[in-house]
Amino acid sequence: MFDLQGREWQMLEGAGVTVQLLLATLPFLVAFGLIGALAKLSAYRVFRGLGEAYTTIIRGIPELVIILLIYFGGTIAINALGYFLVEGGGVDWGLKGLGVFLYGEDARIDISPFWAGVMALSLVHGAFATEVFRAAFLAVPHGEVEAAQACGMSTWQIFHRIRLPQVWRFALPGIGNLFQVLIKDTALISVVGLEEIMRKAQVGAGAEKLPFTFYLAAMAMFLVLTTVALVVFSYLERRAARGVRRA
Amino acid sequence: MYDRFVYILDKYPHWIWDGFLLTMELLVVSVIAGTLVAIPIAIARVSPNPLIRAVPFGYIYVLRGTPLLAQLFLIYYGLGQFEAVRESFLWPVLRSAYWCSILAFVLNTSAYVAEIMRGGIQNVPRGEIEAARACGMSEFTLYRRIILPRMWQIIWPAYTNDVIFTLKATALASTVTMMELTGVARKIVARTAAPYEAFITAAIVYLLVVWVLTFGFKGVERWLRRSERRREASKPHAKPA
Repeated sequence: MFDLQGREWQMLEGAGVTVQLLLATLPFLVAFGLIGALAKLSAYRVFRGLGEAYTTIIRGIPELVIILLIYFGGTIAINALGYFLVEGGGVDWGLKGLGVFLYGEDARIDISPFWAGVMALSLVHGAFATEVFRAAFLAVPHGEVEAAQACGMSTWQIFHRIRLPQVWRFALPGIGNLFQVLIKDTALISVVGLEEIMRKAQVGAGAEKLPFTFYLAAMAMFLVLTTVALVVFSYLERRAARGVRRA
Repeated sequence: MYDRFVYILDKYPHWIWDGFLLTMELLVVSVIAGTLVAIPIAIARVSPNPLIRAVPFGYIYVLRGTPLLAQLFLIYYGLGQFEAVRESFLWPVLRSAYWCSILAFVLNTSAYVAEIMRGGIQNVPRGEIEAARACGMSEFTLYRRIILPRMWQIIWPAYTNDVIFTLKATALASTVTMMELTGVARKIVARTAAPYEAFITAAIVYLLVVWVLTFGFKGVERWLRRSERRREASKPHAKPA
């Protein structure tokens, strides 16, 4: 029941792709989260509205639908843009050079499942990260911000020296939680063909007619990944809170 | 784009409606069954006996640490690997996509809900439990009258969060041939090559369901907290909230 028939290396390759996916998603996720949080905390109602819309809509739609939307729809959008740049609808906009440079002569580009997955996952988890970062910003003691203002620091200096370092400490537990969910959501990208753990397991299961074995192995690999993430984030949380007096 | 929306809504409304009904069916069955399964697991999880605690701990750890998709595939595709399963009387059930999906969703949601319930049970005010024990209540009565009702009050927001997660999880049933909302949307995309319109339609339906559910949840929350409201109203100088 536990024999992978020599396909262990395949499964490890899939794990490698999963880790790459996670590492690629992280920066975009943090970016979307910070932008969303700053929007929701903004003094301008427009930005607050956009932030609310972002989190409400994304958190109410299944991740699978968003992944499919970006993968199938994204190809159409990018190719429509490419077609416009190269062909221009018959009118010479002077952009043909740019279009050919970006897309090649026949104005087609394929979105790889990898980048569609990265974009979809960062969009979805960025919405959750927005809530985490928003709470973290609000948790920074206002007294410190006031003191910094009294010292004459500029807005950027306050953000950079007072807010951001503390946001990191407050946001870590939430982001750690989010990262665990992210690890499991990478399995969804297999649906659009990315060769990560689930897809490799599917291939192996089909070839060897041992679906239970391979999917159990896939589950074990995810369990390892989530455990490692748990350990790493626990360490980071303890490190970030060093020197802070606990009740 | 607008006329493609109209085309889809004009040609396939029965599909979309059936998909919506199937999604709701999967949601309701999974949530109710999952919650019922979670209660004994949560109670075992807070047992003073470490041996009794270990089993639900492992259950919750595995089910929360692995993707639902993997669990679903394991049940739907994986169980058929064993001859013992194929020859058993349960096979007609275990080979159907519907029951495999329900099983996977119930197991998964029971783990999350059990963990939420554990947090709730552990946060029931000690004074109430002590008073109940002083009155001579049996363990069972203690749970029935004090711990479980109080637990629901405490965990309600987190629980409703999990119900929304389960709604989004039902979309995964489309990967094992179930024609719920997402499955229907994919089928429409295959027919019409209009991914934006089809998926956006599905997304709008999901958002409407979430909206209605959230309304319902807020109402239940107010009912759960009804005792808090009455106290405020009867105070002689009721402070504004």
